[in-house]
Amino acid sequence: MANIVQFENVGLRYGTSAETLSDISFTLTSGSFYFLTGPSGAGKTSLLKLLYLAQRPSRGVIRLFGEDAGSLPRARLPGFRRRIGVVFQDFRLVPHLSAYDNIALPLRVAGMPEGDIEAPVREMLAWVGLTDRGKALPTTLSGGEQQRIAIARAVIGRPEVLVADEPTGNVDPDMAERLLHLFDSLNRLGTTVVVATHDFHLLNRIPNARMMRLEKGRLNDPTGALRNPPQ
Amino acid sequence: MKFSLNPNAPDRRLLDEGRRTRAMTWIMAIMLFLTVLSGALGLGMLGATAQLDRQLAGRLTVQIIEPNAELRDNQAKQMVAALRAVPGVVRADEADRAKLAELLKPWLGDAGLDPDLPMPAMIDVDVRGDTNVAAAEAAAKRIVPAARIDRHAQWLSPVRNFMSTLTWLAAGLVLLMATATGAVVLLAARSGLDTHRDTIEVLHMLGSTDLQVARLFQRRIAFDTLIGGALGSFAALGVVWFLQSRFGALGSEILSGVALEQRDWFILLLLPLSFALLATFAARVAVLRKLGATL
Repeated sequence: MANIVQFENVGLRYGTSAETLSDISFTLTSGSFYFLTGPSGAGKTSLLKLLYLAQRPSRGVIRLFGEDAGSLPRARLPGFRRRIGVVFQDFRLVPHLSAYDNIALPLRVAGMPEGDIEAPVREMLAWVGLTDRGKALPTTLSGGEQQRIAIARAVIGRPEVLVADEPTGNVDPDMAERLLHLFDSLNRLGTTVVVATHDFHLLNRIPNARMMRLEKGRLNDPTGALRNPPQ
Repeated sequence: MKFSLNPNAPDRRLLDEGRRTRAMTWIMAIMLFLTVLSGALGLGMLGATAQLDRQLAGRLTVQIIEPNAELRDNQAKQMVAALRAVPGVVRADEADRAKLAELLKPWLGDAGLDPDLPMPAMIDVDVRGDTNVAAAEAAAKRIVPAARIDRHAQWLSPVRNFMSTLTWLAAGLVLLMATATGAVVLLAARSGLDTHRDTIEVLHMLGSTDLQVARLFQRRIAFDTLIGGALGSFAALGVVWFLQSRFGALGSEILSGVALEQRDWFILLLLPLSFALLATFAARVAVLRKLGATL
């Protein structure tokens, strides 16, 4: 399988503070499922930000889809971002847009004609089990429902990579398992999935998933090798 | 993202702009109200100045000051004949002495009618073209070297200068308003970017380009400017129309020149459109510049 993401000695520093991430090296292969674990404050969110191009590395090389993402001109970032779906830790749903419009956003951004948008959005609403909540505003949805809308929004554009930051952090265990099942089903369709979580109970739920563990801004294996989740 | 005039179009909902009345609309209404008034003042003064120029440019009064009434009348007759012979002179008539006496009556009483009173002979001359004015003056001096020649344009020049100053002042005000509008739009766009920072960040993460985001703001500000501008402009045009009708009632030759022509009304109607374009451009520049500083 092709390498879809490659980090080589990547470091990230905010301003003049100490490095948040240091010497991060790893490779993600296309169509795989990865967990990114580690305690709170280990740098999981920062690493994901590098992955979905919300940050540039302070040093090192990030190769995304075969290109050096660190030196990409700003004008090319949108094209890359459209290939990556992101589920934010805090959902980041647009509060004044309905669930339907939130899910439709990536398609509208991509310039899809309005007439072609309804069918995939309805399909997504059904996929996340919220068919009858399309008109609801995010503020009227439960945490789990908001999370599912955020997942639907992240995957509706059929991204090559799906990045989810603590997607189960705000939901009960049953809902966490259901969300994980959604990611797994998406992975089976060929999407590379990266889920950041500190919930070790989830790691065994996806048999073929691999795990990266971050501690104090470093992958705990200095070679950056990917580990199988603990059984 | 496609752009639609439909208030419920998805892209219009994106910035949560749907149904709220925004201060920007009213600011633009006030700006355009003042701008259109300034523009009307400028165009009116420009028209009046042009009319004054047309009316006075070739108008002269030749005075023959001669105590001997017989000699004065002879000189006046020769003067009229000589001036009429000058090319470009369209009219040369001696002012009616009875009318002059009537004009002097409030000051001199019936003494103004006394034929022995040494009143000057006055000859009104209308000439076309500056070179012909000089020729007419030369001809008058040939007949009566002591004749006094008044160019009307000269003694009305302070009025003309004042009108010209008002025209420039109005043009300056319009420019000032345009600059202020640009500044207001810059501030509004920046404030809008701050207000909608989270939404814009999400849009960026979903692959939205800066131009797509800028278009959301451009369209929003263009709408505000057009709606506010239309309100302000029509109110100002109403005021201008009212004032114009009052000027007409005054019957003043100078003030009648202030009346706006069809072309002027058209120019005033273009102001809100021009300001909407200006605001759109300013919004685009502000948003792109600010977004360019982010990742």
